[in-house]
Amino acid sequence: MVRFAARRLLLAVPVLIAVSFLVFAWTRALPGGPAQALLGERATPDAVAAVERQYGLDRPLLVQYGKYLQRIASGDFGLSIESQRPITDELRERFPATVELTLAAMMFAVGVGVPLGVVAAKHVRRTLDHVSLVGSLVGISMPVFFLALILKWAFAVKLGWLPSINRLDVKTDLDRRTNLFVIDSVISANWGALGDVLRHLILPAVALGTIPLAIITRITRTAVLEVMQEDHVRTARAKGLAPRLIDRRHILRNALLPVTTVIGLQVGLLLSGAILTETVFAWGGLGTWIYDAVGARDYAVLQGGILFIVVVFVVVNLLVDVAYAFIDPRIRYA
Amino acid sequence: MERRHAGRGLVGAVVAMGLLAAASVSVDAGAGTGAPAAAPAAGGTLVFGASNDPRILDPALASDGESLRVSEQIFETLVTTAPGTTDIVPQLAREWTASEDGLEWTFELQQGVTFHDDEPFNAEAVCFNFDRWYNFTGPLQLNSGAYYWRVIFGGFAENDPDGDAPETSLYESCEAVDEDTAVLRLTAPSAAFLSGLVLAPFSIASPKALTDYDADSASLDADGNPVPQGTFGTEHPIGTGPFVFDSWIRNDRLVLTRNDDYWGEPALLDELIFRPIPDNAARLQALQTGEIDGYDLVDPQDVATIASDSELQLIERPSFNVGYVAFTQTFAPLDNPDVRRAIAHALNRQAVIDNVYGDSGEVPLEFMPPSVQGWTEDVTVYEYDPEEAMALLEGSGLELPIAIDFWYPSDVSRPYMPDPQRIAEAFASDLEQVGFDVNLQSAPWTPDYLDVTLSGGAAVHLLGQTGDFGDPETFVGTFFRTNSPQWGFDDPELRQALEDALRITDIDERTAAYEEINRTIMDALPGVPFAHSTSNLAFRSNVAGFVASPVSTEAFATVSIES
Repeated sequence: MVRFAARRLLLAVPVLIAVSFLVFAWTRALPGGPAQALLGERATPDAVAAVERQYGLDRPLLVQYGKYLQRIASGDFGLSIESQRPITDELRERFPATVELTLAAMMFAVGVGVPLGVVAAKHVRRTLDHVSLVGSLVGISMPVFFLALILKWAFAVKLGWLPSINRLDVKTDLDRRTNLFVIDSVISANWGALGDVLRHLILPAVALGTIPLAIITRITRTAVLEVMQEDHVRTARAKGLAPRLIDRRHILRNALLPVTTVIGLQVGLLLSGAILTETVFAWGGLGTWIYDAVGARDYAVLQGGILFIVVVFVVVNLLVDVAYAFIDPRIRYA
Repeated sequence: MERRHAGRGLVGAVVAMGLLAAASVSVDAGAGTGAPAAAPAAGGTLVFGASNDPRILDPALASDGESLRVSEQIFETLVTTAPGTTDIVPQLAREWTASEDGLEWTFELQQGVTFHDDEPFNAEAVCFNFDRWYNFTGPLQLNSGAYYWRVIFGGFAENDPDGDAPETSLYESCEAVDEDTAVLRLTAPSAAFLSGLVLAPFSIASPKALTDYDADSASLDADGNPVPQGTFGTEHPIGTGPFVFDSWIRNDRLVLTRNDDYWGEPALLDELIFRPIPDNAARLQALQTGEIDGYDLVDPQDVATIASDSELQLIERPSFNVGYVAFTQTFAPLDNPDVRRAIAHALNRQAVIDNVYGDSGEVPLEFMPPSVQGWTEDVTVYEYDPEEAMALLEGSGLELPIAIDFWYPSDVSRPYMPDPQRIAEAFASDLEQVGFDVNLQSAPWTPDYLDVTLSGGAAVHLLGQTGDFGDPETFVGTFFRTNSPQWGFDDPELRQALEDALRITDIDERTAAYEEINRTIMDALPGVPFAHSTSNLAFRSNVAGFVASPVSTEAFATVSIES
């Protein structure tokens, strides 16, 4: 198992180098450089050249890339051109925000999606199944930012039940140790803050979790249907095992294998794909950061942020592979 | 990032008097001198939705709008603008005089003012700040540092040999003659200098805090980027303003509290909080839910929504920009004044304003907005008159149709030019109707479009300008004081007139000079200004006392929340 994980991690190195180069080249292909973005339209060519010199943007692309690789190898992701703060400082604040939102969204997606998929499979081709199918289609097709705006309009603007932006109310104080606010409020036993954090989590988590919810529902349904027709289930039935026991031990456990893969992939996608949701909810995570950085042509943030997301994606996928072994004892890693 | 075009102007003889009146009314109300019934409620917290976090709260090193907005509440400058105008009025200086030659400026300071750290404000503190800026070294001299010092004063005491700071400096020295009198000496007469001093980067900060919190130390990282080492600009910004810095959690909130020991009329709010919300739609919804009480730069498409909501209000910020059609006269027959006049009469500018700008634009008379000193109604006006345009073309003896290239930027939206393609297409169709054969050309905004237009390669083209500070120099001076290939003509008299006007220190004389310059320009017609656009702020309807400024000098001290 350890050797397997180590090999997978080693394989990730060339992937990361390739990605880092692609992102590097792509950011530089964006129209209008950071110098122009920083100085405004009337900036003299001299001023633009000076800023480019200041940030080393006037050197050949490969030289810039080489220097960049050298620095990130030593853990120095550089300075955000826009905020003038170290990338690592920003990551420390923003990554936990994205993680918290992603986990909440996945809890919603799994917590609702798996039972819904099982129910749909149990009622195959009956009303409940059709309802869940249509619901999933709508969930998959609706653009996240649109859903987010609708949710906000309904539950924040019209009904006033939930907040529409940010992770905390402006009046709530919280001792931020981990920047995972749920954890922070629990370890400081600040229950008022915990309630506020949870209220702020609901709408973005639902908006972000809807697509994974739909996918997980469909996958669970298919997997359960497949397993239900397998020999060992028929045998179990013939043996006269209690239906509940069959469901739990023989169907669900086997059906969860493909579901786990999907959950893993979705977590990776959410960590990277929360850009729109975060922007709409002014959630101070990686998404808003990268969104802003595109507008500001903030190369350092784009490179550091995207590279970081790729690393997370690779690690999450590794964890999913490892999780297989726990769910399915037949899988052995050499 | 769009630089915030903060700017303010000298006392203009021609100001929108209505605005001034409105402003003084609300200031009076804010000061609580009105009838008891009209007195605003003191207290409460106002949450303002910012588009971003400030970059730094050391205004001398800031040039982004959000940093300047917050700094203006904590710090004060020697002179400022009257609310809603570009008129210069006293702030930390009670009064000021310029010597005959315009080289020596004497500022009489307010008495009894203290910084938030209880240090006294006096002439020595003023000179400490000026000398600090002038003696910036290394990375602080870069445009990403003391940008506005460079714009107004040029170079430094000792320019960094690796830097690119302007060679000469307008600043010579500052002398604390006595406790309340500071004398600034310049190396050349400049009148634009005073309107520069209203900019937040020229705020007077506590000398003790600047020293204690190491405001001037910055190291360079591996790429040559400045990294501030001290905590003045992040944790201890200490000025004399009506609000005191309380706390700043990045990407979440920046909290200011009322300065109860303020030397002037204290702020009405207990607390002023800025929250960064980058997305425009999110700002609007947060305003609707009441999570924020106001925000800036309302999307034009949201104006109707806000206007129709009785719980919200719009506040329009007067225009401080101009969009224009430029002629590069090296392309014949644009050197023919009749052809230029024909184009001016052919363009249906009002239709473009109505269709593209909605309620947020107006047709200009000249190359500067009405809020700037030297603007005048008394210029040649070119009404939309296709018949006159045709007559002018026929009288010119040129063979019709006249082929011209008309350029617009393809991928950009500017405040003064929200949809360049639609504007260009409308103008092209206007021109074809009177006898032009228009060849529409476009290029990506930067670098291609700016390169081709500014280097004189685009015969007729769309461009514009948002002012850097409230002085005519930032408009007509920028356009015509130097002999730019963009316009393709040389008028030494006009250039001299602009050079002279830059140095006139008497306000009335200076205003008259710029009025004359505007008349000359609109007679010569180097281009056709077609739009001044306005922008909007939105607030909850229970917010009172906010006065929008054309140059974004906006104090929250007079703002209150009605219960």
